[in-house]
Amino acid sequence: MTRALQYLFFLLVVRPVLLIILGMNVRGRENLPQKGPAIIAANHNSHLDTLTLMALFPLKELHRLRPAAAADYFLSNKWLSWFAKNIIGIIPLNRGAVRKNPLADLETALDKGEILVLFPEGSRGEPEQRADFKRGVAYLAKSRPEVPVVPVFMHGLGKALPKGSFFLVPFNCDVIAGEAIKWTGDTGSFMGALETSMNDLAAEGHFQPWE
Amino acid sequence: MPIPEGLPENVFYAIAAIYGLLILASIVTAVLKRRNPGEGTDELSRRVTSWWFMITIFTVAIITNRVVSTVFLGFMTFLAFKEYLSLIPTRRVDRLILLFAYLAIPVQFIFAHMNSYGLFLTFIPVWMFLFCPMTMTLIGKTEGFLRAVGTLSWGLMITVFALSHTAMLLAADDIVAGPAGGAGLLLFLVALTQFNDVAQFTWGKLFGRRKIVPKVSPKKTWEGFLGGLASTIVLGAIAGPFLTPLPFYYAGLAGGMIAIAGFLGDVTISAFKRDLGVKDSGGLIPGHGGILDRVDSLTYAAPVFYHAMHFFAFSGRI
Repeated sequence: MTRALQYLFFLLVVRPVLLIILGMNVRGRENLPQKGPAIIAANHNSHLDTLTLMALFPLKELHRLRPAAAADYFLSNKWLSWFAKNIIGIIPLNRGAVRKNPLADLETALDKGEILVLFPEGSRGEPEQRADFKRGVAYLAKSRPEVPVVPVFMHGLGKALPKGSFFLVPFNCDVIAGEAIKWTGDTGSFMGALETSMNDLAAEGHFQPWE
Repeated sequence: MPIPEGLPENVFYAIAAIYGLLILASIVTAVLKRRNPGEGTDELSRRVTSWWFMITIFTVAIITNRVVSTVFLGFMTFLAFKEYLSLIPTRRVDRLILLFAYLAIPVQFIFAHMNSYGLFLTFIPVWMFLFCPMTMTLIGKTEGFLRAVGTLSWGLMITVFALSHTAMLLAADDIVAGPAGGAGLLLFLVALTQFNDVAQFTWGKLFGRRKIVPKVSPKKTWEGFLGGLASTIVLGAIAGPFLTPLPFYYAGLAGGMIAIAGFLGDVTISAFKRDLGVKDSGGLIPGHGGILDRVDSLTYAAPVFYHAMHFFAFSGRI
């Protein structure tokens, strides 16, 4: 039932909006994983990021995509919580909670062959400005070293719907997927490789500033 | 196949002729691809395939009825303006103003649909021109003000105002529009502009030697430009008497104007893209780039053709 609702939501709402109001230029589509387990690591500018990344995959793969999202925000009220869990299919993460292994749910999802959507910047932050990546993605790659991590750079969605704004202004967005990277053996070099790859993808687009 | 009701017969035959050309182009491309397989002919065949889609969408839009046609032209303009705004640097404080600028599109196309020459002509160059800087001033951020208001005004003019002339042609009164009505005039403009692009490209590929604007568009040559100009004059003189109120000699002249204006529009958009360091304005149409890459010639050809028609033909001067 919820899978059908998810399917319809993406078919009738997300895809038409992306196609008509926003418009996507996708580069490096061949780098996106065909099947799980895999991790998509993207920069974060807008609530639209998750929907856009999910719309890059065929509709029948939707239920395998699991965005990791902050529990304190997305589970804050009943309606949002239902929507986030059932229609988007988030895996709630407790920010700053003390637990034995905060990544346990993500590891379980990878073991089930699902594709995780992660935003290593943590939060949306200032639109169209990158923040430092948090190391969680490296710990995850370390515990599942065979899983490919695909860096995806997105531009434009922060202009269309930045944090704290309620009206959508049409802008084309660019989505550039890079080649997958795997666990390199230590956290520092892995984070370095991810950062380098993101910077290269960002430079590829010749994007103009947004201040 | 019966001719749809309300559609001028000549428009129907012109569309049939365009499909004839398209079939010919597909055959030539298939032969070239067979003889000479590779990236070059793959690109060519992607372009031809895109032409099939574009011409079919355009045909459906203009044969249905005038409201559908105008909405279609407005939507195409929206896509072009959105591409423009997505490419240029913008300021975060101007988001709301950009939204107002988008809303200028339906207003401008309604004025065109009403065939209200005065409102059509003043809305963007006067009212939006005054409104955008006024709102920016009231918001009160002065850093980057001149750049923001300059780029927004130019974008509104070169995309929304210029392209809305297509809808204005469509709305021309039957008494002045000639044997095929407004749809005939629109078809004449669009078909000749696109034909000129293809002819320039083909002549340039075959005989191109001397560069015409090397700093802006290094692939464009004098041979391509002049070959395109001559071909478009001939096609204009042939098609004009069927689609416009012009006799063949004036129609040939109109073809020449469309060819020159189309070339200038093309290189002007190239200059804009080169300044921003992008090759294509987007990735919407395979083999062509974005919508702005496809309508670049029309941004000059549409206003030039419309105003020439308005001054000379609609007013009875010729």
